[in-house]
Amino acid sequence: MAADPKQMHVARSLAHTAPFINCRFDPSGQYLLATAEDRAIIRWKLADDSKVVFSGHDSWVRGLAFSKDGQTLVTSGFDDTLIWWPLLDEKPEPIRRVRAHKGWIRAVAVSSDGTLVASAGNDRVVKLWNMADGKLVQELAGHELDVYSLLFHPDGKHLLSGDLMGVIRQWDVATGKEVRKFEAKDLHSYNGGQRVHFGGVRSLALTADGKQLIAGGLHKATNPLGAVHEPIILRFNWADGKILKKHLAAGVRGVIWRNLIHPDGFVIGCSGGSGGGYLLFWKDAEEKEFHKQKLQDTAREMDLHPDGIQVAAVHWNKKVSMCRLEKKPAAPKK
Amino acid sequence: MKCDYACGSEEHLIARRQFLGGMTAGGAILGGLGTFTTAEAVAKMAKNQKRMIVVRMAGGLSQFESWDPKPGTDTGGPFRAIKTSVPGVHISELLPHTAKVMHHLSMVRSINTNNGDHGKGTYMMLTGRHQAPGQTYPELGAVVARGLDSNALTLPGHIKVTSGGSGGRNNDAAYLGPKYASISLSGGKPPAYTTRPKDVTEAGEQKQNQFRKLANDRFAQRRRTAETDAYVQSFEQAQELMRQRDVFDLSKESDKDRERYGKTQFGEHCLLARRLVEKGITYVQVTHSNYDTHNENFNFHFEQLGEFDSPFATLVADLAASGLLEHTLIVVLSEFGRTPRINARYGRDHWGKSFSVCLGGAGIARGGVVGATNKNGTEVSEAECDAGHLFHTYLKALGMNSRGTFKIGGQKLPVADPAFEPIKELLA
Repeated sequence: MAADPKQMHVARSLAHTAPFINCRFDPSGQYLLATAEDRAIIRWKLADDSKVVFSGHDSWVRGLAFSKDGQTLVTSGFDDTLIWWPLLDEKPEPIRRVRAHKGWIRAVAVSSDGTLVASAGNDRVVKLWNMADGKLVQELAGHELDVYSLLFHPDGKHLLSGDLMGVIRQWDVATGKEVRKFEAKDLHSYNGGQRVHFGGVRSLALTADGKQLIAGGLHKATNPLGAVHEPIILRFNWADGKILKKHLAAGVRGVIWRNLIHPDGFVIGCSGGSGGGYLLFWKDAEEKEFHKQKLQDTAREMDLHPDGIQVAAVHWNKKVSMCRLEKKPAAPKK
Repeated sequence: MKCDYACGSEEHLIARRQFLGGMTAGGAILGGLGTFTTAEAVAKMAKNQKRMIVVRMAGGLSQFESWDPKPGTDTGGPFRAIKTSVPGVHISELLPHTAKVMHHLSMVRSINTNNGDHGKGTYMMLTGRHQAPGQTYPELGAVVARGLDSNALTLPGHIKVTSGGSGGRNNDAAYLGPKYASISLSGGKPPAYTTRPKDVTEAGEQKQNQFRKLANDRFAQRRRTAETDAYVQSFEQAQELMRQRDVFDLSKESDKDRERYGKTQFGEHCLLARRLVEKGITYVQVTHSNYDTHNENFNFHFEQLGEFDSPFATLVADLAASGLLEHTLIVVLSEFGRTPRINARYGRDHWGKSFSVCLGGAGIARGGVVGATNKNGTEVSEAECDAGHLFHTYLKALGMNSRGTFKIGGQKLPVADPAFEPIKELLA
């Protein structure tokens, strides 16, 4: 069944006891994983919404990634640490801890062949780890400010990393050498009055054919400390690195915490900020969104289920909006 | 307004005599300590003079991300606490360099001003008073300069180093008069308008000033007031600023020191603060901006404190190594703290009910922690204090009588708010 964002509705909510940070569906689509400000990792079994809470990090958990077979979860924390978990255990306990970085790890990703884990964060270094044993494989240095996002190219040969400065670096996984840079300058600003860098490449995604790259974040940051800014997604041509389109959401105050490309080809952006939470939808060639859906609270992250219909968005208000990109079924007749 | 010293007080007579002496006997000026007029004064001041450096964290520094971390609680945020050079004392992991010099410093973790307004908070923390309509009190720098400035000091004793702005003289001394008002060094640059215009020759300038002095002295013989003294003093101080402009010139510092303090603006300002107190300036206030993090508090504190930490720790260590810390009070303050509650945008808002300052040096006990907040920092649980208590404490630590009075226009005005007193536990 094709997804229809204009018919999107919230089918149900899930809840926790602390504001959420991140969420991901596992590869099988049976579970939703989320993290929260109480350092918890929460696993919901979607068939019955039963919930298991586990923890192991000494700080908030920002990154969630899965092994190719879906058996292992790798989490990254603001405690410098990567943890490998047996995802399906009744009560997961850490398999392996790796003190991976100096400072926050902001992103973690697993390669398409499942052999490598990439991590990056405030120490500005991207690192590659062996999924099987947690051994360091490569260190990729070059970012001038904090690294916010990571994405393995499906070709298995390249990794992309986006930073606070709005620079996306393409790395050769085998050699650890930088191949080129994509300039996403719209996503960064320096406010001389407040004396802060702001923005950054918050999310990266590739089209299914690998010919276009999208990078989300914020722009029009007239007051960074006061949350006055708008979401933006840049669409790059993979071949020459040029910007093909800017996807905007005029009037929405927020930042793109995550952007994805739906199998049907449209872009989904999750925006949160002083204007509340939104799911935003763009067609590939259009600047203006073709649909925006206000959510119950500011959104902090989202993920698309493998079925292409379910979208989970996590909120500050300790709730998860379980959305469906299809027409709401009619209420049963009494 | 008629002023007491205009009637021949000892203080003013000495100041004027020394100033004029310095001008006529220029050979007595010493190169490295050019702010003093006589060798005797230099020696006395070098030994006894107290000084003060304030680092003002503009916008409202989060106590959670600095001096009073609460990791693992609902309010604590993502940063962890780290050990310091004082056994058992922890601060935020955002301050690893400062953690190594905490044995030179102390903290107050129990400030409750019950205020969440930037303007009022700044006023409170810098005057030790609660703002009231129709009343204006001098800022800390003016009070300290008035209380500590030696008569041999010919440069302003109250300097503010700011990241930007126009520079020049500020209006922050209230009834203490413009002599004690601060001069801003905008961007850390020497005071504005302190170079002679190109079309004015040295001889021409000298003649202008001689004529001005002649006219001033003649006028003062019969019509001298506080206002005319202020005008005279402003001109004289401006001349001194021109003559001693090098005091404010950071390029005179060694490349090695400039490297140690870092190439950031705040690093340069910390080095400038060191230079100024070494040169005998009584009060130096450095502003670091901006901490008003309603949005993405953690990212911005990571960024700002990342810039603050190393230069500040270097400043403390340098003053300790040179022995100047014995005579120099350092305070890191902010108009208020930030809310325990983390808002929807990962921000923290204004909070004056339980926040902290860090201080050390002259007259302050080392390695101490005064006061405490509860488990998640939502309220003070021990030794609550106000900005007024802190103000008294600063003055007492500098050897001033905080319960004393200024005699202004025949009136006795309390040096600090009489409703408060020094925090005894903080004093060495």
